[in-house]
Amino acid sequence: MSLPTILTGGLDRESSWRLADYERRGGYQALRAIFSRPLSPDDVIAEVKKSSLRGRGGAGFPTGLKWSFMPRNLPGEKYLICNSDEGEPGTFKDRDILRWNPHAVIEGMIIGGYATGATRGYNYIHGEIFEVYERFEQALEEARVAGYLGKNILGSEFSFELFAHHGYGAYICGEETALLESIEGKKGQPRYKPPFPASFGLYGRPTTINNTETFANIPWIIGNGGDRFLEMGKANNGGTKIFSVSGHVNRPGNYEIPLGTPFVKLLEMAGGMRAGRKLKACIPGGSSMPVLPGDVMMNCDMDYDSIAKAGSALGSGAVIIMDETTCMVRALERLSYFYFEESCGQCTPCREGTGWLYRVVHRIEHGQGRQSDLDLLTSVADNIAGRTICALGDAAALPVKSFIQHFRDEFAYHIDNRRCLVPVEMQREGSRIYVGEPW
Amino acid sequence: MLSPEALRRIDTEIAKYPADQKQSAVMAALAIAQQEKGWLAEDTMAFVADYLGMPQVAVLEVATFYNMYDLSPVGKSKLTICTGLPCALSGADEAADHLREKLGVGFSEVTADGSFMLKEGECMGACGDAPVLLVNNRRMCVRMNKERIDALLDELNS
Ligand SMILES: Cc1cc2nc3c(=O)[nH]c(=O)nc-3n(C[C@H](O)[C@H](O)[C@H](O)COP(=O)(O)O)c2cc1C
Ligand code: FES
Repeated sequence: MSLPTILTGGLDRESSWRLADYERRGGYQALRAIFSRPLSPDDVIAEVKKSSLRGRGGAGFPTGLKWSFMPRNLPGEKYLICNSDEGEPGTFKDRDILRWNPHAVIEGMIIGGYATGATRGYNYIHGEIFEVYERFEQALEEARVAGYLGKNILGSEFSFELFAHHGYGAYICGEETALLESIEGKKGQPRYKPPFPASFGLYGRPTTINNTETFANIPWIIGNGGDRFLEMGKANNGGTKIFSVSGHVNRPGNYEIPLGTPFVKLLEMAGGMRAGRKLKACIPGGSSMPVLPGDVMMNCDMDYDSIAKAGSALGSGAVIIMDETTCMVRALERLSYFYFEESCGQCTPCREGTGWLYRVVHRIEHGQGRQSDLDLLTSVADNIAGRTICALGDAAALPVKSFIQHFRDEFAYHIDNRRCLVPVEMQREGSRIYVGEPW
Repeated sequence: MLSPEALRRIDTEIAKYPADQKQSAVMAALAIAQQEKGWLAEDTMAFVADYLGMPQVAVLEVATFYNMYDLSPVGKSKLTICTGLPCALSGADEAADHLREKLGVGFSEVTADGSFMLKEGECMGACGDAPVLLVNNRRMCVRMNKERIDALLDELNS
């Protein structure tokens, strides 16, 4: 039995990104309904609140509530930003939404603009997926020509402009205030909050920022009703979610499932474990979230509350699968290098601390570790977390703490024996992939 | 300094932002300039600064902050291979070794004949198609096992 989908069902991945195809699938009907019924901005926000849609960018904040923070009646420019700067290791869902279903994002943003009183929108797209950025530009042009964007949309009083902006290689720009700085033509360094973007955002104007997948769900919610969206998931966890499954599975890829679906079902959809090996560990929500041991993961359901109860977080929905050929020290070394490399350097605890974390894990991995290093790592992590302007510091600290918490024996073995518990040849064998065309 | 075509593209970018916020186009303008020139020399950045009415140091700050800008020559083809954890779990280390061996260079080095630069990249948001490799910041190549790397190098060499 196939599970119900909202965002990825029925897409041929050839012409499905085209306006004509989107309209054939019922596209832009939700926007039309807003003007014909008509629905006020408050009606739209109420519907989104009812759906219990939570932000798909990582923090899971309720979208309807976020939209209600905008000072809608304040005169002057107000902005709506889509965050497509997907760069959290393991996450690759927004790329597929944008290349196969970009008009769902565009329609969602137009509706979001109407609800929040925004006059202008930008979609900030990760620099590495430049081909997707170019396609999105084409989709925008189609929408402009058809009268879905611009002045007096579909003959209404509502006007809204939308543009694409590309990044150029900086993970930190996924953080919403760094993203705003970046659009302003500066280094992507996060701002202090408060003030929050709803009062002081892009160019100092009221701004709302949501993730690509969040926006893509909006047309369906308005078209089918918030109640139906909520029913597809479970209480407090409305709708479906796209999970990006990577690592040691037979069919890595994106799988859209109702929130609350058991993890084992998702694993089965991804083709199961490679070569029938055993699940050793899983990071269920992108590399910034705590790792969970395989047996804990096998009993989880895929929704915000269940994963939180198990001691991690659903985050961006990036499920990184590691089997028994994985050396946990090597895995943590690579993650720590990522945060060290990507720290923007603004806050001392993060700039210096991520370097410490990387260098200490690196020396353990290379046979130079000391037993005291494990407590040292925990202490450095504790001194970063909560002491920085943005959450990148926490994101660097959480993996370290959770890897050591759950796999302490393996780290200790590594230090004592100056080598991996898992032979290097076995690690290589485990990472060997079946290479076919992408599915 | 830049071709009329490049300037036309930069103007299109400037038009996306409010009239008093020209500097918002700096990321796109630098990307366009780099695509035309191969890398960002000081006078190229000075030109962009002038064109957008920005202080040169502000442009330099942007060019040094974002990883995909190159402030030194990169050779004809820059190959950036992602070695992030999800990619590493699916063959990125093997792919990187193969590239180093075939090209005879390490990360951030250019081959003697100036045809390739090899770079280590961070997550490109395509981990399901690992290993992932980017050619000259624009073309994404996926599932790069040894055979596919060889085919790509042959294509770029011809
Ligand atoms: C270091 C860091 C990186 C982030 N990267 C992303 C990202 O790539 N995409 C994204 O949507 N949100 C990212 N976020 C979260 C955003 O700051 C923000 O919460 C989100 O875009 C809000 O949208 P949502 O409410 O629809 O989830 C990141 C946060 C941090 C601290
Ligand atoms: S880790 Fe390589 S693309 Fe994400």
